[in-house]
Amino acid sequence: MGPSISGAWSEARCREVIAPLVGERGALLPVLHAVQAEFGYLDARSVPVIADELNLSRAEVHGVITFYRDFRSEPPARHAVRICRAEACQASGAEQLVADAQTHLGIALGATTADGSVSLDDVFCLGNCALGPSVTVDGTLHGRVDEDRLTVLLGEAGEGANP
Amino acid sequence: MTPTTVYVPRDAAARSVGADAVAARIADAAHAAGNDVRIIRNGSRGMLWLEPLVEVTTESGRVAYGPVTPDDVPDLFSAGFLDAAQHRLSLGPTEEIAWLARQDRITFARVGVIDPRSADEYEASGGLAGIRRALELSPAEVIATVTDAGLRGRGGAGFPTGIKWKTVAEAAAGERFVCCNADEGDSGTYADRMLMEGDPFLLIEGMLIAARAVGATEGFVYLRSEYPDALTAMDSAIAIARERGWLGSSVLGSELSFDIHLRVGAGSYICGEETAMLESLEGKRGVVRAKPPLPAIEGLFGRPTVVNNVLTLATVPAILTGGADAYAELGTGRSRGTQVFQLGGNVARGGIVETAFGITLADLVHDFGGGTRSGRPVRAVQVGGPLGAYLPASGLEVSVDYETLAAQDALLGHGGVVVFDDRVDLARQARFAMEFCAEESCGKCTPCRVGAVRGVEVIDRIIANEDRTANLTLLEDLCEVMTDGSLCAMGGLTPLPVRSALRHFPEDFDRVGTTVEP
Repeated sequence: MGPSISGAWSEARCREVIAPLVGERGALLPVLHAVQAEFGYLDARSVPVIADELNLSRAEVHGVITFYRDFRSEPPARHAVRICRAEACQASGAEQLVADAQTHLGIALGATTADGSVSLDDVFCLGNCALGPSVTVDGTLHGRVDEDRLTVLLGEAGEGANP
Repeated sequence: MTPTTVYVPRDAAARSVGADAVAARIADAAHAAGNDVRIIRNGSRGMLWLEPLVEVTTESGRVAYGPVTPDDVPDLFSAGFLDAAQHRLSLGPTEEIAWLARQDRITFARVGVIDPRSADEYEASGGLAGIRRALELSPAEVIATVTDAGLRGRGGAGFPTGIKWKTVAEAAAGERFVCCNADEGDSGTYADRMLMEGDPFLLIEGMLIAARAVGATEGFVYLRSEYPDALTAMDSAIAIARERGWLGSSVLGSELSFDIHLRVGAGSYICGEETAMLESLEGKRGVVRAKPPLPAIEGLFGRPTVVNNVLTLATVPAILTGGADAYAELGTGRSRGTQVFQLGGNVARGGIVETAFGITLADLVHDFGGGTRSGRPVRAVQVGGPLGAYLPASGLEVSVDYETLAAQDALLGHGGVVVFDDRVDLARQARFAMEFCAEESCGKCTPCRVGAVRGVEVIDRIIANEDRTANLTLLEDLCEVMTDGSLCAMGGLTPLPVRSALRHFPEDFDRVGTTVEP
């Protein structure tokens, strides 16, 4: 899912977001998703608040955040591009597409452009395996993406992309 | 005058190639021409190379056009497609398309046919008959029906579903759970996604039947975050089901009380392993548990738990409705019923092929799949996801069922079939298998956590032709340790693609030694 426009972090707002989920059994993942959806990322200041609300240790919360790929501890780029690199997309030319994207944006996989406009990541399977290579831009899925289509998508996503 | 009904799929794959824009153009064009058109966003029929596949309802059934681009829409209108007129994109009556007509659609019977958001259509097309039947039967009779049908876990392990349910039903008294594993992370698989998007009430009904069978009151669907459309579809279906009394304290007016919680994963492949999934549902790191105890005895929150894949649960209603014998009549050997195969990768005609077990891989890849999309020769086929074997083009005359594949040192997995053309480098694919395992290992057991990293290193040395005989021996040794010593299938099966690549494509591991690259 693409990053949302984040509201400024505040402890009060953080507790408000968590409150409706506190009664859920095994609430930590839903809580982390909710807090990240609210602020765009999991600010370090969220950790003790979540731990307090769920009666967990900070270490437990930190451990869970760092286990899962989806949870970010830094604000996201304005636009997120993810390219599927799983086998079915590899069979359809995903590795070349990754190379093209890196060249086009001037960044490596896992990095964000210097102006913070676009992040480039890989993902392992988007469930679109008959119409690969697959790419998501801000959470929207695109199939059969070739270099030309990628250029258009990156152009739409990245005002600040390198020429 | 009644409006003409036009179907444009809302399935994520169809949307990925422009279905939303096609639907919008059709609505605009109909409005401009003064045509009364009702657009239904259905699931996909599974003929993904024809997406966006648009269907028009006529007196004699639905006729299909595809693949339709937004720019084709004005032309379709002027040709008179609302009256099912011929057009260069005409595919004829949908049900008569040979690719579809050859299949045995049981689990996928409604996908692409009905409006997935309509509970009325679900019920009108036979929905709820399975749970109604289950409520007439005793729990033991429900379990016996599923056992007699020969249904096995479609997630990949192939464990008999009825036996799992019986274990839970006979476990310690008190709270029990039904957990649906919708963390469909295997590359090349997308049937769970399409089913949840195309027929979400069916999964709910399957979970209700499981709950009835084992005496569970709460259920969880663990859905991967990479499937936002499936999330929307399931979320909406669960809400509608609650409103209608299909979920809640008195399901369909019976004594059954059952509700479903929808939980979203967070980008971890290992959480598709059932015990890691349970840990994740409990709000923990997705670290695999040692078995025993089996989840059926001590599962979610330490309670007896049914963990079944989406397709397994979604097949149960048809078994209850049609009877165990009708389902068990299909198939071969100990693989009964149908398998929902998913054709992907470099394939000309990719999509969902639901057919009785017994079909050969060659039939799937060549007859259904039409060979590669690139037009080049098929060189390798990976069956069963990233932990499945690579089979050579010369070895496709095998029945794709649990036992036959196991005898080939391969596995069926979740039914994904990924096609590669002659440009594939199997040494690179073997390396990727280890790399993926290293990336996604939960880290609990050493053979997987350390073995996968060492595996990448050893394969790199083999590719670089460093001390190759010794390193090939070392790789074989490492594969043996991972296979025998890993806690779960992640480390235990990663050697499968590696060994199959070595066995069937040894030349790819010897490029430096024997061939001169230009």
